[in-house]
Amino acid sequence: MTLDFTIVPSYFTLLLIGSGWTIAITAAAAVLSFVVGILFAVIALYGPALVRYPIRLFAWLFMGTPLLLQLFLIYFGLIQIGIDLPAFAAGVIGLGLHFAVYNSDIIQSGIRAVDKGQYEGARTLGLSRLQTIARIIVPQAVRSVIPPIGNNMIALLKDSALVSVIGVTELTLTAQLAISKTFHPFEFYLAAAVCYYVINLGLEAGLRHLEGRVQLSR
Amino acid sequence: MLRVYPFFLAAAWVTIQLSIYTTVLGLICGSLGAAARLSRSRILRFVGAAYVSLFRGTPALIQLFILYFGGPQIGIQLDAFEAGVIGLGVNIGAYMTETIRGAIVAVDRGQSEAARTLGLSRSETMRKVILPQAARLMIRPLGVNINALIKGTALVAAISVVELTYTAQRYIGSTYKPFEMFLLAGVIYMVIIYVTGLAISWLDRRARIS
Amino acid sequence: MTDKPFIDIRHAAKSYGALEVLKDISLQVRKGQIVAIIGPSGSGKSTLLRAINDLDPLTKGEVWLEDMQVNKPLPPRQYERHINQMRQQIGMVFQHFNLFPHLTVRGNITLAPKMLKRLTEAEANALAEKQLAHVGMLDRIDYYPSQLSGGQKQRVAIARALAMEPKVMLFDEVTSALDPELVEEVNLTMKKLAEEHMTMIIVTHEMRFAQDVCDRVLFMDQGVVVEEGPPEVIFRNPQHERTKNFLRKHLQGNAQ
Repeated sequence: MTLDFTIVPSYFTLLLIGSGWTIAITAAAAVLSFVVGILFAVIALYGPALVRYPIRLFAWLFMGTPLLLQLFLIYFGLIQIGIDLPAFAAGVIGLGLHFAVYNSDIIQSGIRAVDKGQYEGARTLGLSRLQTIARIIVPQAVRSVIPPIGNNMIALLKDSALVSVIGVTELTLTAQLAISKTFHPFEFYLAAAVCYYVINLGLEAGLRHLEGRVQLSR
Repeated sequence: MLRVYPFFLAAAWVTIQLSIYTTVLGLICGSLGAAARLSRSRILRFVGAAYVSLFRGTPALIQLFILYFGGPQIGIQLDAFEAGVIGLGVNIGAYMTETIRGAIVAVDRGQSEAARTLGLSRSETMRKVILPQAARLMIRPLGVNINALIKGTALVAAISVVELTYTAQRYIGSTYKPFEMFLLAGVIYMVIIYVTGLAISWLDRRARIS
Repeated sequence: MTDKPFIDIRHAAKSYGALEVLKDISLQVRKGQIVAIIGPSGSGKSTLLRAINDLDPLTKGEVWLEDMQVNKPLPPRQYERHINQMRQQIGMVFQHFNLFPHLTVRGNITLAPKMLKRLTEAEANALAEKQLAHVGMLDRIDYYPSQLSGGQKQRVAIARALAMEPKVMLFDEVTSALDPELVEEVNLTMKKLAEEHMTMIIVTHEMRFAQDVCDRVLFMDQGVVVEEGPPEVIFRNPQHERTKNFLRKHLQGNAQ
């Protein structure tokens, strides 16, 4: 079998659709990882022991094990206890939770770095503990940790390829679809790599723009 | 439960081997990459930058697939384990390139100027002054790379290497004890990572004393 | 004006382990009165001020605002609600401003009124404009704190506290972190408040300001009130040796 890149253009639309799904999965998982990351961070720092320790245990487990293993647990494991998630949902949840744990770690350090005076300033106005955390502490912490969280989102984009292993339709799986018809793996995986690279460039540019906009100084 | 232990232990050994070979290859690629990035030749600098950008800008899984499934088309025939080591090693090498380069750059510029004014050549300065100091600086960040690499070896499950994640997947899907199987594999991963972490701290401490 | 105290601190004591920072202090402040607390650092003056809104809870003793006990012993959940209510009536301004850097001046001022007093956007904006005009900062309403000078930040912080329409204002060394040339604008703002008969308790290092503005001066040292009285008595004719020593050092320092 020789290399023949002329067959790639006829699958252009397919790869484009795959790219669209990859972007959608990355975006959905990014939002999930961000929201859950904040939640985990707040619980880990302020929550009652009854929830704090289970969350820490969960974080410890998810940081110490491979993402692929976690995806297998969520997709093949949950169905055995009666939770039948569609592959797409399993993929987004798996990616989202995995990166939530890493985001939570970063956000926690961001929260610790917020000046104590901010807490006192809000409390003396009469804001409750929860209002202060939600409106004053977390918004500042999140702004200060956007660069490292952005790095996590870049990692998330690339790791989204893993959900093809549990059968989620995205860029890697559409490349495999083309391969199953043409038997030209080299060309199509390379084409997929190019697509990932371009999406990655876009994401990096977007993150740089965001960092510039929310820069915060006292 | 008892009857799965031998399979997990055998799989753990495969994961350990994968991790060791990948680390060695990654360090080689990372050193070459860093040398290229810091070279005086513009072409080499470009090659180094392209290596880092391309391999960090695309998924490791895709790189692995290109090598394993696409390799035969360009005359590269590898078994899954070999493809796994090479694919993951070259991938992590791109990350290690940046780690090593960062450590070298971080060593005080004044150090190199001081050495050059003493009459040391560029390569002597690098070997005798910069590298010994940079080596100490890079142990911890390389440890972070290796930690990621150990978890990254799970990817070769996708090309059917029977390592820990592949084995866990088989039993997660068939035993009706998904959490136990996940935990079993997870604990083994964490033990491997923990022991590696101890070794890296030990190296780091030793490097600091000398 | 009645003789009934507006703020009533009864036998306040606070200790960290064996270290006693406040030793049985009682203090009554009438409505509209302006009280300065002076003393060396570590004398407990800031701790006393921060006990009034329970930012630094007392170990023993009671703090009353009119007929409400601020540090009322309540179960945690009820206490949280109670103290948030009380703090809305007690404004506080800090040495380091504690403005919220992620919000504009407008956002800083409208946040609490919108959340806690359920003001509409328009009402809150009108309130912010009124308070900023009051401290002479209306033209900076859409700036971020990082774009303001220290004196401007402190005036915004005062406007933020005033926007909750507090019954009393606490000032914790509000000019200590400012460059000397920025102190005056903040002092003028506080003077203006004094002329409007706001009840104020001011912890300060500025003897001249205390002399000019306040009705009463307390000199604290090592956790006790050593001496108190009208400014002309405390500054011209102090009775205690400790007060004399402190003032000698500080008035000299100010003259330099």
